[in-house]
Amino acid sequence: MKRLAAGAFGALVVVALAWAAEGAPGTPASGVVGEAGRSASAPGADPRRSGFDSMTAELRAMQQDDASNPGMLWVKDGEALWNRVDGAAAKACASCHGDATSAMRGVAARYPAFDSVASRPFTLGQRIDACRVRHQQAAPYGAESEARLALEAYVAFQSRGQPIAPQSDPRLAPARASGEQLYRQRIGQLDLACVQCHDERAGQRLAGSTIPQAHPTGYPIYRLEWQGVGSLQRRLRGCMSGVRAEPYPYDAQELVEIEAYLAQRAAGLKIETPAVRP
Amino acid sequence: MARALITMPATAKKGEVIEIRTLIAHPMETGYRRGDEGSVLPRNLIRRFSCVYDGETVFSAELFAAVAANPLISFSTVAAASGTLTFSWDGDNGFAQTERVAITVT
Repeated sequence: MKRLAAGAFGALVVVALAWAAEGAPGTPASGVVGEAGRSASAPGADPRRSGFDSMTAELRAMQQDDASNPGMLWVKDGEALWNRVDGAAAKACASCHGDATSAMRGVAARYPAFDSVASRPFTLGQRIDACRVRHQQAAPYGAESEARLALEAYVAFQSRGQPIAPQSDPRLAPARASGEQLYRQRIGQLDLACVQCHDERAGQRLAGSTIPQAHPTGYPIYRLEWQGVGSLQRRLRGCMSGVRAEPYPYDAQELVEIEAYLAQRAAGLKIETPAVRP
Repeated sequence: MARALITMPATAKKGEVIEIRTLIAHPMETGYRRGDEGSVLPRNLIRRFSCVYDGETVFSAELFAAVAANPLISFSTVAAASGTLTFSWDGDNGFAQTERVAITVT
């Protein structure tokens, strides 16, 4: 009898532990991915999480309040550039596209997109520079320049709250495929692939930081570490130097392909531009 | 490009405490860091911020190297009368920016 009671108690403990592992109902998943994250959510629920979910409450508040989000400074700058006449053609972005709040709504959600003239996929930033050269007849801003980041932030800001919606253009398929291959390929002296951290160990810790699932929901982002706004390519290059690999140069085809794959991987997640990240 | 964002109510009741938040784009370079080529990056800081409400300074602050880039300054004041709030940031290399925001007090 005594043994039976002990057995019953043991079973109870197991149940309690199982419940604890599932996580108390109502508590946010705190960016936990992997198997634990999946079992905690309802069956069929999307296990994907934006990096926003694993940030501190203070940082989340900073992002959500436009009065304290420093990314809004770039958005404001981008608005000025949108309306500024430039180049030999004496045109502003607004001369062709009109009001960005309506014309650019949902546009950033589709990028990277296939550019018929260059016959390769373009990121939003490359598209902005192409527009400058082709239509404004002005010098391109160049990758990671403040002006291009500002315009990119302003255009992407118009899609805030909309789901990432990659195009079904079959010409993008090869880029996505090679992007996925690059995502899974081990690189650098540390011999690590993106997938090993951002899929297999997402939600775990890399030193003090939670490893996010690497969904590009809020680019260009204001990153505290950068003390400024940067593109997804800057983030990708940062990870590449982190594993001690030679980063691809800005606007390299490989980086665009990784972007194309990541956009498809994050399809349906909401755009947060300008996001704040630690 | 010098840019600033100021968030405050456009109207307020007399005697009401209003919250004002200012955000300005500035690198706040400390003068202690070295660049990619190894040379010291010259100091470039905002030294002083002040808010003048109808001729009276209602808030001011001195900023130093420990303040992050793009500083956010949040403070509150009492809505006394309709008028203009003048925000000014002054710093190294002759940096000076002034923004004015009107408030209607009923």
